[in-house]
Amino acid sequence: MIPAAFDYIRPASLDEACHVLRDADASGNDVKVIAGGQSLLPLLRLRLAYPAALVDLGRLPGLRGVEDRGDHVFIGALTTHDEVLRSPAVREHVPLVALATATVADPAVRHRGTFGGSLAHADPAGDLPAVAVALDCVFIARSAEGEREIPAAEFFADYLETTLRPGEVLIGVRVPKLGAGWGFHYEKFTRTAQAWAIVGVAAAVRTEDGSIAEARIGLTNMGSTPLRARAAEEALRGLSTAHGDSGVTIPGRVHDPVRDACGQAAEGASPPSDLHARPDYRAHLARVLTYRAVRAAGS
Amino acid sequence: MTEQLDAGLIGEKIAESGQLSDPGDGLEVGRARRRKEDARLITGRTTWTDNIQLPGMLYVAFLRSPIAHARITRVDTSAARGRPGVVAVLSGRDFAGEQGSLPCAWTVTEDIVVPDHPPMAADEVRYVGEAVACVVATDRYKAADALEAIEVDYEPLEAVLDMTEALTEGSPKVHEAGNRAFTWKFSGGDVDAAFRDAPVVIERTYVQQRLIPSAMEPRAVVATTDGAAFTIYSATQIPHVLRVMLALTTGIPEHLLRVVAPDVGGGFGSKLQVTAEEVLCLLLTRRLGKPVKWTESRSEGNLTVHHGRDQIQRISVAAERDGRIRGVRVDLLADMGAYLMLVTPGIPLLGAFMYNGIYKMDAYDFTCTGVFTTKMPTDAYRGAGRPEATFAIERAVDELAHELGMDPLEVRRRNWITHREFPYTTVAGLTYDSGNYEAATDRAMALFGYDKLRAEQADRRDRGDPVQLGIGVSTYTEMCGLAPSRVLGSLSYGAGGWEHATVRLLPTGKVEVVTGSSPHGQGHETAWSQIAADALGVPFEDVSVLHGDTAIAPKGMDTYGSRSLVVGGVAVLHACEKVKDKARRLAAHMLEASADDIEFSSGAFTVRGTSQGKTIQELALAAFAAHDLPDGFEPRLDADVTFDPENFSFPHGTHLCAAEVDTETGMVRIRSYVAVDDVGTVVNPLIVEGQVHGGIAQGVAQALFEEAVYDTDGNLLTTTMADYLIPSAADLPDFITDRTETPATSNPLGVKGVGEAGTIASTPAVVNAIVDALRPYGVDDVPMPCTPERVWRILADSGAAPARPAAAGWGGAGESEGGLR
Ligand SMILES: Cc1cc2nc3c(=O)[nH]c(=O)nc-3n(C[C@H](O)[C@H](O)[C@H](O)COP(=O)(O)OP(=O)(O)OC[C@H]3O[C@@H](n4cnc5c(N)ncnc54)[C@H](O)[C@@H]3O)c2cc1C
Repeated sequence: MIPAAFDYIRPASLDEACHVLRDADASGNDVKVIAGGQSLLPLLRLRLAYPAALVDLGRLPGLRGVEDRGDHVFIGALTTHDEVLRSPAVREHVPLVALATATVADPAVRHRGTFGGSLAHADPAGDLPAVAVALDCVFIARSAEGEREIPAAEFFADYLETTLRPGEVLIGVRVPKLGAGWGFHYEKFTRTAQAWAIVGVAAAVRTEDGSIAEARIGLTNMGSTPLRARAAEEALRGLSTAHGDSGVTIPGRVHDPVRDACGQAAEGASPPSDLHARPDYRAHLARVLTYRAVRAAGS
Repeated sequence: MTEQLDAGLIGEKIAESGQLSDPGDGLEVGRARRRKEDARLITGRTTWTDNIQLPGMLYVAFLRSPIAHARITRVDTSAARGRPGVVAVLSGRDFAGEQGSLPCAWTVTEDIVVPDHPPMAADEVRYVGEAVACVVATDRYKAADALEAIEVDYEPLEAVLDMTEALTEGSPKVHEAGNRAFTWKFSGGDVDAAFRDAPVVIERTYVQQRLIPSAMEPRAVVATTDGAAFTIYSATQIPHVLRVMLALTTGIPEHLLRVVAPDVGGGFGSKLQVTAEEVLCLLLTRRLGKPVKWTESRSEGNLTVHHGRDQIQRISVAAERDGRIRGVRVDLLADMGAYLMLVTPGIPLLGAFMYNGIYKMDAYDFTCTGVFTTKMPTDAYRGAGRPEATFAIERAVDELAHELGMDPLEVRRRNWITHREFPYTTVAGLTYDSGNYEAATDRAMALFGYDKLRAEQADRRDRGDPVQLGIGVSTYTEMCGLAPSRVLGSLSYGAGGWEHATVRLLPTGKVEVVTGSSPHGQGHETAWSQIAADALGVPFEDVSVLHGDTAIAPKGMDTYGSRSLVVGGVAVLHACEKVKDKARRLAAHMLEASADDIEFSSGAFTVRGTSQGKTIQELALAAFAAHDLPDGFEPRLDADVTFDPENFSFPHGTHLCAAEVDTETGMVRIRSYVAVDDVGTVVNPLIVEGQVHGGIAQGVAQALFEEAVYDTDGNLLTTTMADYLIPSAADLPDFITDRTETPATSNPLGVKGVGEAGTIASTPAVVNAIVDALRPYGVDDVPMPCTPERVWRILADSGAAPARPAAAGWGGAGESEGGLR
């Protein structure tokens, strides 16, 4: 399919980009930032979006790369999925990011699509937004007016909508290191290997003396934004990890209280309905997958 | 974790490739030659239709109906005509006088309703995606932009979406003549007698969901004229059939119309068609005097490439308590979609002779009703009628086995034709020339580890494992190699089933083979070279194969129905033999010997008992020079053959699938898959392997992934690949493949068709495995595609806990108190 015509602007610096965006906003022009184009171009080609101009951040210096900054890892917005996946800092200190990134699409998409684009696109079916809310990442936005920080819990506003203001560019994300005792898992449920998640669960679990001390659970595609499964997180606190079971269907077997706690994973969610799953099935999946993710993370 | 991450990095696992076999007999046939056409196909540096650029070319874009059924009350093209770069904007009315009706070449009954099918709708649209207008512009971007400026007013009519409802009185009509296109009946033996007092009768209804063929190369057309003659390039499987049909449809005289199928990237039946876009591009070039090009987008293709399958099958099997089948009765509803396209009505009939499968029985009865709906027309899709039939009988035989408490393979054994009984004339009247079902099955069971998997299945049932294991069997045969012309005639098909070949020895001893079959990924250039190399004793590299252009290969019946090798390849062999006969006469003359004393071996003709001889290359040059030829000998070493087969081809095999079903999520994972196929003599094992792998993938896709979904208003929901799921290698297991080789007796090469076998065999193997896994839950069917949500809902409805797990398993577990209740 062929997109409608648009202007193309490639600023040489971040400052220039910010000014272009501010001017466009002031004159009421519909301008969109483009990074890897892996989400934006399909929208343009299907003629679901008609921006007057694209501002290409692709070659801006300084927005690409991963840095270990002591208590957190900083991931530049334009770092590609593939670069994230290869980064030793990510793999060692914030492995949940790597685990989720490894499930994103295919190598071709991962070589073009960016970490920042995935988050700024705010698709609740994307794998990284759930990770960002589970880890309480901090988003750094820049505009002609300056820089500000947005906590993950406040970043995702609605389906494909963030709290980035017009004229703001996401320049990077601080991913906190959680430290010792934490385990991680990303459980993604898809019909085919390269498809979007029907439901995904990002779990970070801290165990202490055989019990769950703390659990953080992010849900992919269970609402119009990525969600935290707070009720399940609460219920999991203090539970022993000793009773893993392999299935729910067998009355009379040793029963795992962790499974009951994970049964609250869909509480408060309003999962979407589409060709691959209706809401009740998604809610069921969220419960089953949360159990699997928590068991895998907490072992 | 690192494993997961590395999997993410590499993105794929490079499977160990099978050993490339070389029989070492010096012959080409049987060698696993890498395909000579692949370099250009894979790199795309070739004549894909969309790569063709002609001077002054214009670009066409089509505006398509967004409504399933409506009267067109107004089309206003004026605004679009004013858009930049726009050369012409035309609606259906503008073509009214010249566009005719798209052809249906298979009018299966005398009273069949064949509705008028204008390439561009003028008064009424009958499916979403039907073309209502087009823009011709100086580039494809301008054409796409101008589409948005065309205004069309529609007066909505009721959509017709459900076949059963469509046949009820008072249903809204797709066409004035009603929604029943035809009813076709066929029977053999006394089916009432077979069912009367039958001790066991299995009755089931299966739904063959609608599928969207997804060739890698989208459809594309280039049409051009010099003012007098016309050339159309099209991503088609059927350049020859297309030429005849376009001449008849447009009135352009056949001798002034050249059709070229350049390199074509897959078809699977979807390019066995005379499409609206081909006709309209030809009319546009005639009207504008300039070359025009149209290339579809993937979502346009999902809407308007003809769809496949879409049948509701009622099948009944009458049997004795010992498992012996007495008879089969089939009542079929087949969704034609909105119109009858090239062979739409004939597709279900290609299955009519296959519902008896490989089994002996006394009687068989088949009825098929073709139904119009307001959806994209259906037509050939890999297997065309035979996957549907094979699915129904192979599923039903498993149900019979379950009903009788027998192993599904045992029931099959009690009914199949044994290898001593060939040739065998079936209850459907076909004569299967050769086969050995016992051998293929034994081999498959050994490779599969059948008994071990059954033991594991029993164990998982006993333990109440949330991941259950099922074993699916499919012992298929199929009829392909279309086809004896007389038989096609008796089925009211519009053409014959012969194939044409020309073999030319060039002056330098090189060989040109011209074939009338039209490859679109099958590897004809390689396989035909192997056949010619052996027959003429020339090096493989010295053969080139020409095809796909009516100016170069003027005669042909093209490629579909696994016919290329068994009809077209055999034609090549015959043409080589003719050339050789001529060469022998020339050799005898030059060697001053009697032709009877001339021996042929390794490309040389020698006088028996002497070392005197002439190579075929020397003879080629001598024929060219023509200085010293026998009296009456034409100075050429070439020959034409038009070969009409005497029978269909009947490949067969046994496919075994082990599937794990996660009862918590409904997810199905194929754990292992064994395919032992018998495709007769193998010309190129690598090509056969490729066909088998791709075929299985496509059949698995029907079982697990693919479905064209229309909503209640008749909108297609699966217009992108995010919604219409096509599996990739990552979603499929490593297939374990092997072959038995029972040569066909109906052709001199001993070959059978292989293009569709995998697709035909695999769908029931997978679904049988899923149902087998879920038997303890009281499940006896899962509709296709067996998506996780569907499996989960079926389990939820069944109460989720296994009903009587131990008793439900017929195998190892017996009546042991597994303690699951
Ligand atoms: C076939 C396919 C499969 C995919 N599968 C998955 C999957 O399984 N899981 C998954 O998570 N994703 C998937 N994706 C999406 C992929 O992850 C994209 O890379 C990502 O969603 C967007 O990143 P991008 O750099 O391409 O952003 P773009 O497409 O360039 O932009 C996306 C949006 O974000 C905005 N934007 C981008 N960068 C910035 C910035 N720095 N500041 C402000 N706004 C910005 C753009 O304006 C636009 O609105 C898939 C994509 C494709 C094509």
